[in-house]
Amino acid sequence: MRVRTGTRKDEVLVKMLHGQGLYLEEHDAFRRTVRAVVEKEILPFVKEWEAREEFPRELFTRFAELGFLGLKYPVEYGGSAAGELYEAVLLEELGRCGSGGVSAGLGAQFTISTGPIHQFGTDAQKHRWLAPAIRGEKIGALGITEPDAGSDVAGLRTTARRDGDSYVLNGSKTYITNGVRADFVVLAAKTDPSAGHKGLSMVVVEKGTPGFSVGRKLDKLGWRASDTAELFFEDCRVPAENLLGGEGQGFAQIMGNFQWERLSLALGAVGAMEDMLETVLAHVKSRRAFGQSLHQFQVVRHKLAELFTARESARQLTYHALRLHVAGEWAVAQTSMAKKVATETCCRVADECLQLHGGAGYMMEYDIQRHWRDARLGPIGGGTSEVMNEIIAKQLGL
Amino acid sequence: MKILVTAKRVEDPESKIKVKPDGSGIVQEGLKYKINPFDEIGVEEGLRLVAKHQGEVVVVSIGGKEVQEQLRHALAMGAHRAVWVNHTGPVDQLGIAALLQKVVEKEQPDLVILGKQSIDDDQNQVGQYLAEFLGWGQATFASKVESMESEQEKNKVPAIVLTADKKSVQVIREVDNGLATVECQLPAVVTTDLRLNQPRYASLPGIMKAKSKPIEELTPAKLSVDVTPAIQVLKMSSPPARKAGIKVADVPALVEKLHNEAKVV
Ligand SMILES: Cc1cc2nc3c(=O)[nH]c(=O)nc-3n(C[C@H](O)[C@H](O)[C@H](O)COP(=O)(O)OP(=O)(O)OC[C@H]3O[C@@H](n4cnc5c(N)ncnc54)[C@H](O)[C@@H]3O)c2cc1C
Ligand SMILES: Cc1cc2nc3c(=O)[nH]c(=O)nc-3n(C[C@H](O)[C@H](O)[C@H](O)COP(=O)(O)OP(=O)(O)OC[C@H]3O[C@@H](n4cnc5c(N)ncnc54)[C@H](O)[C@@H]3O)c2cc1C
Repeated sequence: MRVRTGTRKDEVLVKMLHGQGLYLEEHDAFRRTVRAVVEKEILPFVKEWEAREEFPRELFTRFAELGFLGLKYPVEYGGSAAGELYEAVLLEELGRCGSGGVSAGLGAQFTISTGPIHQFGTDAQKHRWLAPAIRGEKIGALGITEPDAGSDVAGLRTTARRDGDSYVLNGSKTYITNGVRADFVVLAAKTDPSAGHKGLSMVVVEKGTPGFSVGRKLDKLGWRASDTAELFFEDCRVPAENLLGGEGQGFAQIMGNFQWERLSLALGAVGAMEDMLETVLAHVKSRRAFGQSLHQFQVVRHKLAELFTARESARQLTYHALRLHVAGEWAVAQTSMAKKVATETCCRVADECLQLHGGAGYMMEYDIQRHWRDARLGPIGGGTSEVMNEIIAKQLGL
Repeated sequence: MKILVTAKRVEDPESKIKVKPDGSGIVQEGLKYKINPFDEIGVEEGLRLVAKHQGEVVVVSIGGKEVQEQLRHALAMGAHRAVWVNHTGPVDQLGIAALLQKVVEKEQPDLVILGKQSIDDDQNQVGQYLAEFLGWGQATFASKVESMESEQEKNKVPAIVLTADKKSVQVIREVDNGLATVECQLPAVVTTDLRLNQPRYASLPGIMKAKSKPIEELTPAKLSVDVTPAIQVLKMSSPPARKAGIKVADVPALVEKLHNEAKVV
């Protein structure tokens, strides 16, 4: 960026403004590392993994080796306690890898599935699930959504009935990211079905537990490199010590976990928009029509100006929420706003970028169609845009 | 073993380089910078050597405050400490070699590793000048025999080999008709080619540790080097835009054009 003459005398101010008042030099250094990893170890294989509807399990161990699965987790469990801003950098850069499925599968590991164990688990639980997840040895999933209840978390029907020193699980889950491969699932279930949202709890179920079965891998519009599954529980008995926190705390735990999930979706959308805009810019510069490159049409440049502006506003709202979050504020309204704006903007930008590709945009061999399909999940997953509106209205007392 | 490695700040080849309209240089606004890739390979090789033989890797960069970014990158890769020669004015390859000579005399390394060239000016001179100034042996364009997918590469085995008596290094160099192996007494100057190794990523712990690793600041004045350039850049200009190609009917037409128009055959 250009410097106004006569400014930049105040070193503190300059430091503060660096990275838009958010990221420091070491975050930028980390970003360069992540970008190099994405370019060398993900981008060349995206098409193959999308077609196979799965990325190799070794990518988890590779990410573990690079320390990417435990950026915000304590050192004693194998994390690096570097903080959420490093993870934010990772999420943004993964958004640029061009495969929503790859970032979703990896993201589910280091954000939503391990988050509750880190926040609400005991030391023993952390050694059992968090540490091996950080090492990339165990794959995690978060199971909230059910065939008959998604947005309406209080209306979940899966039950966990206490019986001696175990819980007996009955019910089913659906659309669970990493569900097919997961070694453990952090499950939301009713320990007291009569108590509405106060009857919800979180229980960890391990793969292979009798009564726990995984249905088929679901066939999706986008996020195709990630596995998404239905899970079934039939008199599935898990030890009572698998309960996270106390009985009845599930609803608050889920809402707490949603904050980082929503920020992560917003950050991923910001990264994805960067990739799309780079792609479209290259396309309109090289594509010729009516005797000039598309880029030479003012109408095309103005369209690009609008898209870059939309991306920038989504980014800044996301950074605002992120800033509040890492400063320890309970920024529910801003996080919901950021999630909604960033993911919706991402859909619109993807659509306009596809349009600028003309017929090529409709062809599977061009990357833009994948962005277009992947982006569509943003306003649905992790709480729909309508649910975001509901939260914002409540938070603002509207 | 003490190894000194250079870490020049260069324009990122991915950013778009434009020449200023007056030809006085390139437009720097909006440019991204990185460590010269050949130097990064040098840092990697240095780290592999000290991992095997013990010692330290010292990185050196010459330039304004901003070159600290490249020094930090090398430190984040694992280099032990850094020397920054603070100089913002013009300087040519002889000046750089003269500054490095003083740094070498101060640091007394067993080995100096430089890139065979930097990707901005593509001069391919500094390593050779430096060896000459120091009166040391030189092995330029260090490469290796194994493929980049080999076990050696995976296990980060150095390609530069220390002889049994630890008094010389063996370097495989790329020459026109293949590879030549040379042996060079220490202390020596080695310059790297692209196929020497694949540099590691700067890891997160590496990045964190780099923050507290020392960067010593020197200046040409402190080193008593006059860096007034002997070479002056008169003008920069973009290469002429490529003209659209033509299609020829058949081979005789092609030969005719190559002979009479392009005058290459
Ligand atoms: C690819 C993919 C991966 C997923 N991964 C996971 C995962 O790992 N774990 C997990 O638990 N879930 C996961 N989900 C589920 C996701 O979180 C839900 O799909 C989402 O929360 C919406 O719930 P639903 O599908 O039940 O939609 P519904 O709740 O049936 O909503 C349907 C429509 O009604 C609207 N609506 C609902 N309630 C209201 C209201 N009160 N006011 C206004 N409008 C309303 C919604 O906004 C939406 O437009 C995933 C989904 C997908 C598609
Ligand atoms: C599934 C499919 C089926 C098809 N079937 C047929 C078929 O049967 N027969 C056939 O002949 N064609 C067919 N087409 C081609 C289709 O008609 C073209 O893709 C369409 O006309 C756009 O042309 P283009 O792809 O060359 O895009 P481009 O011309 O490259 O356009 C790219 C972008 O630039 C914009 N643009 C171009 N010129 C201007 C301008 N002057 N001012 C402002 N914006 C501009 C466009 O609006 C677009 O957004 C098909 C395409 C698809 C995807």
